[in-house]
Amino acid sequence: MIPTLVGVGILTFVLMRLVPGDIVALRYAGATAVPQDVIDRERHILGLDRSMPEQFASWMAGAARLDFGQSLWTDRPVTEEIRARFGVSLEVAILATLIAVTLAVPLGVLAAVKQDTWVDYAVRVFSIGGLAMPSFWLGILLILLLVVTIRWAPPLIFVPFWTDPIQNVLQVLWPALAVGYRYSAVTTRMTRSSVLEVLREDYVRTARAKGVRESLVVVRHALRNSLLPVITVISLEFAFLIGGLVVTEQVFNLNGIGKLLVDAVAHRDYNLVQAIVMVLAFVFVFINFLVDLLYGVLDPRIRHA
Amino acid sequence: MIVIVALVLSACSGGQPQTGTGSPAPSAAATGAALPTGETPKPGGELTFIVTAEPPSFDGHSQNTFAMLHYTAPHYSLLYRLDPADLTKIVPDVAADMPQISADKLVWTIPIRKDVKFHSGQQLTSADVLATYNKIVFPPSGVTSTRQAVYGVVDKIEAPDASTIKFTLKYPSASFQASLASPWNFVYSADKLKTDIHWYEKNVDGTGPFVFVEYQKGAFWSGKKNPDYFVKGRPYLDSFKAIVVSDTNRQTTAIQSKQAMIEFRGFTPQQRDTLSRALGQDLAIQEAPWICTNYVAFNTKKKPFDDERVRRALSLAVDRWAGGEALSKTTIVKDVGGLMRPKGPYAMSDADLVKIPGFGKDAKAAKDEAKKLLADAGASSLSFKFLNRNVTTPYEPLALYLIDQWKQVGVTATHDVKETAAYQADERNGNFEVGLGFNCDYFDEPDLQLAKFVSASGAGKGLNFSFYDDKKLDDMILAQSKETDAAKRKQIVGDIEKYAMGEQAYQWPVLWWYRIIPYLATVRGWKVGSNHYTNQDLVSIWLAK
Repeated sequence: MIPTLVGVGILTFVLMRLVPGDIVALRYAGATAVPQDVIDRERHILGLDRSMPEQFASWMAGAARLDFGQSLWTDRPVTEEIRARFGVSLEVAILATLIAVTLAVPLGVLAAVKQDTWVDYAVRVFSIGGLAMPSFWLGILLILLLVVTIRWAPPLIFVPFWTDPIQNVLQVLWPALAVGYRYSAVTTRMTRSSVLEVLREDYVRTARAKGVRESLVVVRHALRNSLLPVITVISLEFAFLIGGLVVTEQVFNLNGIGKLLVDAVAHRDYNLVQAIVMVLAFVFVFINFLVDLLYGVLDPRIRHA
Repeated sequence: MIVIVALVLSACSGGQPQTGTGSPAPSAAATGAALPTGETPKPGGELTFIVTAEPPSFDGHSQNTFAMLHYTAPHYSLLYRLDPADLTKIVPDVAADMPQISADKLVWTIPIRKDVKFHSGQQLTSADVLATYNKIVFPPSGVTSTRQAVYGVVDKIEAPDASTIKFTLKYPSASFQASLASPWNFVYSADKLKTDIHWYEKNVDGTGPFVFVEYQKGAFWSGKKNPDYFVKGRPYLDSFKAIVVSDTNRQTTAIQSKQAMIEFRGFTPQQRDTLSRALGQDLAIQEAPWICTNYVAFNTKKKPFDDERVRRALSLAVDRWAGGEALSKTTIVKDVGGLMRPKGPYAMSDADLVKIPGFGKDAKAAKDEAKKLLADAGASSLSFKFLNRNVTTPYEPLALYLIDQWKQVGVTATHDVKETAAYQADERNGNFEVGLGFNCDYFDEPDLQLAKFVSASGAGKGLNFSFYDDKKLDDMILAQSKETDAAKRKQIVGDIEKYAMGEQAYQWPVLWWYRIIPYLATVRGWKVGSNHYTNQDLVSIWLAK
């Protein structure tokens, strides 16, 4: 894990500095241009006039102590900036995953069991629709539908679940639906193909020959054994959702980590970008680790090996 | 999902038929709802408004983004301010009266009100105004004062007693009064500045109509009525909440669903029309010419843009009048003007303007002349990259219009669109041939609007991205700055426009922006101005319901 994170850190540090642009010039891009001496003075204050190796050494020394420094844009600790946003993205990701799994697993199994019937076709149309439709576009349509029909839109300001659960769900439900639909489409297709493959296995045929009820064959023998690739897809999608909902967050005015990352890149806020990428890399690595453990739970062969 | 799409599309197209040409004029009733009508203001209520961005700091002295002002202006007072009822007029704020100016016009003595308190309870005195202006005009090392150069005319600032502040100038300045009404010059506490000069970058304590309550980054900023505000009976509102909404569609639906009442910067004609159709009489609209414009800037360090014939030809090729009419239906530009805002106090008349090459109304004759000039300069088949920002409104449509106009005289311009940071890097480093720049100001004031025309190796460093040095132009700009007779000053400004835009065409405006504010008709007492920086303290706003 540590070599991966160090590699990600080095790569992000270098890439950010290769991109043209200057946070100081951007800070003053609002109106009349600002004289060069003001820009130079601010660059010095932020330490951007130091050499790249100096900046890198200073950043790495801080990162080793989990001190990612201050945001160059707001001058607040980057951990504070990230903490405020991480929970929002995590909540949307969890809700979207619940929606996706609730839809995808039954539909995928149903489509596999009813292969090449109208049920299978209907599920396929549903899932291809989800793959084809960008989440943010669906989000815009959802908001318009609500505004035009019932003159109501999801709340503009995020309220934590423990402060006001109803208000919280009213805001998070819609982006979770928009994202969950695409997420469910991917998972439905994976579930269908995986279940189809397992249904052709000898042990399934044996179970049927023994007279086991079809529902038990499907659930106990087929579904359980087809879950490994499905879980892999779910976990990767989940990790992606934490930082990848940039446009959807924008559409629903959600103050999440994806929006923060894009803003940080646009502002050339090196410290913040580096810290967010490190956090997202950690999330990916950690979720992969959890999935590896889950493989063992689901498949005794892996556990015993 | 198909059902959702069908429902939404049918709902969107099934609204009230639009009148006119896609830009329905606000009805008299709707517009009237926003303007003074003799109604008695009702106290109470919370104003919710949208702000589309967030500031890096709360310190007005170091910032120049409207985003900072829209959150923080309600908490602060200025020395002078623009009159909310007549935004072309400067009136006292914490000053007790207009300045007394010495006969040689060098000493400005200003009385300070004695009934002003900071939100922290401390009494305001001239020491606070002195500390504030010292920070702006003579910032110590490590402190950024973005507009320090504007106050280069100030020799010294003194506080002879607790209720008087005195500015001594190096030479008479025509713009100094406007500079004292700058919306950025929040009056700070001398004690707080003495303890930590950076305190105001992250904290708020002013003498304005609203007390700071809470800021949730990325979400909202809120304030409540200041019971000790020095203007009795104000503000009318109990509180305000500024909500951060960066997505354009969400801004529109927020007003449409009445989650927010107004956005003070400006909407596009399409947003206005959508809201107008959806809300009918519940919507009021105010519009005004804006002190913002986009310039075409030529990098005069690169050939053939060092040749004024080429620069002039490219200006002549553009039919601004037709462009203004067409583009005003889709984006936030409208009026044709010179270096000063059209219809503003320093604007030249249309009769004079049309005599400047590129600003005439005979587009065919201008294009013929452009072709001739290009041929004379040996640049008949000129091609170049046209640097632009990836900002849709109004940069992209403007650039596309320009490229099309230039194509009509045989010039090929490739649209080189970059995100803001990369665009700025190219602009500052001179890594471009021709670019689309911009300028926005808070007041019709030649010293502000002409700042980017000063020589690049002089005071124009970092402002003038055409990178020319022109002593004649510098002298003219300085002359108008020192001229305190308004009529004479206007004459010099006109001469500058003829020289800088017509003869040299170093950088020239394409079209001036047009500010459109659609908002819920319940919001009263607010008047649109020609900029989005001033009149943001919400002191005169009240809610009808």
